[in-house]
Amino acid sequence: MTDVEETLLPGVGARHDFTTTEGQRLGVIVHRTGVRELLIYGQDDPDACAHTLRLEGDNLRVLVELLGGTQIVERLANLQYSVEGLAIDWLSLPANSASIGTTLGSTAMRTRTGVSIVAVLRGEATIPSPEPDLVFEAHDVAVVVGTPEGILQADAILQQE
Amino acid sequence: MILGADSSVAPALIELGLVIVGLAVMARVAGRTGFSPIPLYLLAGLVFGAVAEPDFSEAFIELGAQIGVILLLFMLGLEYTGSELTASLRTGFRSGLLDGALNFTPGLIVGWLLGWGWLAAALLGGVTYISSSGVVAKVLTDLGRIGNRETPAILSILVIEDLVMAFYLPLIAVLLVGSGTVAAVGSILAALAAAGAVLFVAIRYGEVMSRAIFHRSDEVLLLTTLGIVLLVAGAAERLQVSAAVGAFFVGIAFSGQVAKRAETLVTPLRDFFAATFFVFFGLQIDVGALPGALPIAAGLAVVTAATKVFTGWWAARRRGVATRGRFRAGAALVARGEFSIVIAGLGVAAGLERDLGPLSAAYVLILALAAPLLARYSDEIVAWSLRQAARRRPAPA
Repeated sequence: MTDVEETLLPGVGARHDFTTTEGQRLGVIVHRTGVRELLIYGQDDPDACAHTLRLEGDNLRVLVELLGGTQIVERLANLQYSVEGLAIDWLSLPANSASIGTTLGSTAMRTRTGVSIVAVLRGEATIPSPEPDLVFEAHDVAVVVGTPEGILQADAILQQE
Repeated sequence: MILGADSSVAPALIELGLVIVGLAVMARVAGRTGFSPIPLYLLAGLVFGAVAEPDFSEAFIELGAQIGVILLLFMLGLEYTGSELTASLRTGFRSGLLDGALNFTPGLIVGWLLGWGWLAAALLGGVTYISSSGVVAKVLTDLGRIGNRETPAILSILVIEDLVMAFYLPLIAVLLVGSGTVAAVGSILAALAAAGAVLFVAIRYGEVMSRAIFHRSDEVLLLTTLGIVLLVAGAAERLQVSAAVGAFFVGIAFSGQVAKRAETLVTPLRDFFAATFFVFFGLQIDVGALPGALPIAAGLAVVTAATKVFTGWWAARRRGVATRGRFRAGAALVARGEFSIVIAGLGVAAGLERDLGPLSAAYVLILALAAPLLARYSDEIVAWSLRQAARRRPAPA
């Protein structure tokens, strides 16, 4: 498992970078605005980026698909625009969340917030329409559908320590 | 009324229109040459002040300037989440300390040497201390250096500087009111305590407050946001905490979705009112005093550029960055801009020291030109210095 270094960039977002087995350092900046910046570090100056590439929206989607990303993400994104009053979000479980080790059903998400968890992204795997007995693990990403207010409440529940 | 035949508002509108068109021209020039427009706005203010001082629209410009500072600080607070603030404080504390010691002192000493009062000297110290987050961010983005490994060091220094401002500004505001020493100490402590308390509440309960404000309609969110910012800023000013700091804390309190949308909605207003602020500052400067201030400003610029370079160099070294990266970090921090002018503006408004305005304006203008160039060519400068050093070393026999 490659060591991915995560560095906080205050006011910008976060930078994730790692070194390939060939010794090439690569990185991605996840801007808070959703823009991704692809970083290719130079050989002679290991601290400077030889090339940077800003990607967002369709451009980003194409590159991710070419590199083998999940297709469920795109289909859900299209769904977002067709139903008014509805929102879709990707809520990640931090390592210290109290929901880790509990089942999806026990969170009673739909009863408490009105939000439905339609998929769980775990590492590179996607679990669509998860069963209520699915046990949450750290760094799971729950794909949720509901009202914006409900999603905020659901996020609060999942973030609770 | 505008719709009536009464022409009393026409001169004000025409004047204001001309000023704003002038700012637009400046912004175009800045865009064309790749520099930040802030020094050009300042220049526009200086030119207007010298040639054709706005008469009818001055009241609007003055109020607009106030709102500009408030929105500038609000958006600055919006930039950072509570966790980013605490994380930067933890990792960058020592670098922040060095930054303060090295860069506040030159301004303080020069002010003292010029025979200014200690408060004016402290203001000059603030002017030389704080790097311009706006210009640094622009330089880093334009040069594609956001991904560089020395950049986190730069950013955490900027965050700490902004936090220091949150306490420096109320302190200055209280001192500028100028009550007796004993009363002043009491007010200072009260102001600092209030600032600390509000900051704590903003970081702790920001999310709860943001959720309460959330609304689907952009219009509602815009009015709610502006209303809250101006109210809190006004209340803060009343309590001697300084309106700008109140706005900064509101910005920190906003988080999540609300922060993102507020940023989009308020940015155009911020751009307009902030430009008004820089023009207003330029208007207040006595252009005749500028040539005299130039040599001192230049000297101060050289010294404080060197101290900033060292600060960035040291901070980057602590994070394991190599030579070229260290120098890049230092060069990026040299930029001074909007914040220095905000601090100088406080002093000028209080009528503290005649030369504070011209000296600060000249200082900022010089560095606004020099800093981006220094950052751009930092790698070349390092390479040149290394070559010179190698040349002086005697060749092996």
